[in-house]
Amino acid sequence: MSHARPEGASALVTGGSRGIGAAIAGALAADGWPVAVNYRSAAAEAAATVASIEASGGRAVAIAGDVADPAVAALLLDAAAEALGGPVLALVNNAGVRADGLALSLSDEDWRIVLDTNLGSTYRLTRVALRAMIRARFGRVINIASVVGPRANAGQANYAASKAAVIAFTKTAAVEVARRGVTINAVAPGLIATDMTQDIPEAFREKVPAGRAGTPEEVAAAVAFLASERAGYITGSTVYVDGGLSA
Amino acid sequence: MADLTTEQIEKVITDSLISFGANAEDINRDAELAALDIDSLDLAELSQIIEEHFGVELTSADVAEITTVGDAIDLVAERG
Repeated sequence: MSHARPEGASALVTGGSRGIGAAIAGALAADGWPVAVNYRSAAAEAAATVASIEASGGRAVAIAGDVADPAVAALLLDAAAEALGGPVLALVNNAGVRADGLALSLSDEDWRIVLDTNLGSTYRLTRVALRAMIRARFGRVINIASVVGPRANAGQANYAASKAAVIAFTKTAAVEVARRGVTINAVAPGLIATDMTQDIPEAFREKVPAGRAGTPEEVAAAVAFLASERAGYITGSTVYVDGGLSA
Repeated sequence: MADLTTEQIEKVITDSLISFGANAEDINRDAELAALDIDSLDLAELSQIIEEHFGVELTSADVAEITTVGDAIDLVAERG
């Protein structure tokens, strides 16, 4: 039995001020979700994302908060629900950082910050958000993973470990709540043209079977589908949006 | 909350168990939750419901002590 999206449900996108996160916020708003756009420091860009959504007839609000801080998860979800007038029943764990270096030379701090932001925040936000979702008998958690993790990428051992762990977390958490109409999936982007990937060498681009970098909107389309009622039977999955890189 | 009655607690818990799929006619104080097909996810949700209704926070250690419907009712009554 497919569960319908309850009236008044809202969405939260972490790291939603720019790049893939901003595109996801836009796609969810276009599907009728009121969206909370979380950002850490890019207030102006978050405001621009909100303005762009509003200009297209959607509802959005920008909410500051560093998801690497364990106390932020509950505050963020509460603030989003209050500002948008309904519980967060679609959570997109998108906030992520890189601190690249060879495994043999990574500092403990580079390891910690990447694992704690990319994996820790995904776990903490999901844990809190599931409370409302299981009660509502509807929920969508979409975790932004990466093709790096399932696949090696020299110089990103910390990032790869965090993203592979996000996929593992997604699978197990998904089976735990599947009976409540709550789905948890991962979307694994490949090379996507954003600020975060500007420094990726051309040689890497040539490895992509599609012969080009993807766009944030192409990732957002997969996320919006997974958030929709139509995707109610998809859970624990990882959707690769990578131009064939992982194939 | 000194004015909590056993009947109020019983009703909230019974309604919750029914919403998790338990048969109403099988629910009584001595019924074992496992026999009612109540699993760990149901118990986690029941803890949330109890917290919302009665302001009683149950830890996972508390929940692990609950075997029967009566155990759950008594625990909330004791803490309420």
